Amino acid sequence: MNTARQLLKQKNFMFKLGLIICVAWILAAILAPVLVPYHPITHQDMAGRFQPPSTQHWFGTDSLGRDVFSRVLYGSRISITAGVITVLISFAVGILFGGISGYVGGVVDDIMMRFSEMVQSFPPLILAMVIAAALGPNISNSIFAMAIIWWPNYARLTRSIVISVKENDYVTASRILGASHLRILYREILPNSVGSMAVMATLDLGNAILMFSGLSFLGLGVQPPMAEWGAMVSDGVLTFNYWWISTFPGLAIFSVAIGANFIGDGLRDYLDPRMRGRA
Amino acid sequence: MNNEVLLQAQDVKQHFTVKKERGQKATLYAVDGVTLSIYKGETFGLVGESGCGKSTLGKTFLRLYPLTGGKIIFDGKDISRLRGRGLKEFRCKSQMIFQDPSSCLNPRRKISEILSEPFVIHGMLTGEERRRRILELCDMVGLSSQYLERYPHEMSGGQKQRVGIARALALNPQMIICDEPVSALDVSIQAQVINLLEDLQKQLSLTYLFISHNLSVVKHCCQRIGVMYLGKIVELAPADRIYQDARHPYTQALISAIPIIDDGSSEPVPPQIVLSGDLPSPTDPPVGCAFHTRCPHVMERCRRERPSLQEVEPEHFVSCFLYEQHP
Repeated sequence: MNTARQLLKQKNFMFKLGLIICVAWILAAILAPVLVPYHPITHQDMAGRFQPPSTQHWFGTDSLGRDVFSRVLYGSRISITAGVITVLISFAVGILFGGISGYVGGVVDDIMMRFSEMVQSFPPLILAMVIAAALGPNISNSIFAMAIIWWPNYARLTRSIVISVKENDYVTASRILGASHLRILYREILPNSVGSMAVMATLDLGNAILMFSGLSFLGLGVQPPMAEWGAMVSDGVLTFNYWWISTFPGLAIFSVAIGANFIGDGLRDYLDPRMRGRA
Repeated sequence: MNNEVLLQAQDVKQHFTVKKERGQKATLYAVDGVTLSIYKGETFGLVGESGCGKSTLGKTFLRLYPLTGGKIIFDGKDISRLRGRGLKEFRCKSQMIFQDPSSCLNPRRKISEILSEPFVIHGMLTGEERRRRILELCDMVGLSSQYLERYPHEMSGGQKQRVGIARALALNPQMIICDEPVSALDVSIQAQVINLLEDLQKQLSLTYLFISHNLSVVKHCCQRIGVMYLGKIVELAPADRIYQDARHPYTQALISAIPIIDDGSSEPVPPQIVLSGDLPSPTDPPVGCAFHTRCPHVMERCRRERPSLQEVEPEHFVSCFLYEQHP
């Protein structure tokens, strides 16, 4: 708790802005059933389809006359969850895999890196499609599929950071003092590596949401009537005269991604004592 | 200084496998057959140009690498194959001071955390005792206790180096490897740190292995000096012998490279010996004497045979055919 309070005390405007955006979205996702003016799926008004934004329909209506605002709010539930879980799983797997690979080095590193390259060499969308198709198209399977193609990025980043960090004299000093490998990794190397990883993870959130949308678009993630940002963007692409259909869910993805990125930047600065206390 | 041996190296070899272009592998002969003894309570200087393996030798003595060949005997115990618990016990007896004070402290941790780390690792002392011991260490190295709650980036190079020294002293070691401990510091701070090291040596009867390329600093600090070239000791003698009566052509060149202040006195300045060429690659050392590619006195024999370290005078060892005594 103390750490959290210190984090909030920072004179970092961007960090606070990011926090506000993300908290707002999380609240919106939780409270969506209470907030929406229309039901996102069952409220269809074929006579009032393709309406531009108005006081009645803040973000307009789509090709089936559904309220875009309501659908954006509901979409946040799936999109944000899918993005966050994918990034978290990849982050955890990547840090473990890359940490070991970079720290141990030698043959172990070679084998582990060739394995991650093998996974990376598949076209990502197609690999995800294969996994999702084999396991059955639903939300949790597509999250799992995305995590499988996503973790090598984190593993490779962690590895390269660990390799550069472990050359520092303080790591040697710790070895000379008799610290175990686990202790060196946990106390010396990881604290000096997580900063850049946190930034990459938060940057990736937007990408993960987009990729999940891609899967949904192909019918492998969220099934059509459900509201999901990526699927909504692609809906709008087919009827691009009606700009509001894809612009608002697009802005939603953008705002989550940038909010998360502000948080990541602030987090990195906080984790680095050298940057602490600066504006 | 007594003549009790603390650390004895017998034909120590430390080779590494390195990758060259196109995936080819080569062996890097970083340390190639070093035999020397370090006495209790002395400061042994190790000099040589960059890349000659002096830092590697220091780290080999600390058992940071699996030894390729030879034997290291520390305080009467063979430590060359230690593992696990035995190695951890050895860690209390031998420590290191680093060249770069800004990289030897973890930037994410406060000084107090850095200094309590040795006790945490070895499960020594309780909270209050640790606190007292850390204050004692700060006192010993001349560090104000107000720095304990600071981070390394908030301190100057000299202060950081003091923290590094305090950390090395924490476990009451017998020997400290000083790997160029002052070369990254300002000249005024250099003198302070060297005086500190000397005071500590007297107080705690420490043994130093002092690695440096600064011959003036080594002359000031060390009782005996080993000169390294391409992974081998080429000359080993008491400090004053090295400076007055260097025998090996490489040592002579090093000594003549020390800048002399021309104070206008009538003393003639000896002509400088300038070596041509670079240090040969340690992945492909020359056949015969390692120095023959640059030696001004090279003979036919040097290109074929490798000279061994021989005692030319009491306590003065040279590895050169110029001084080979035929039986």
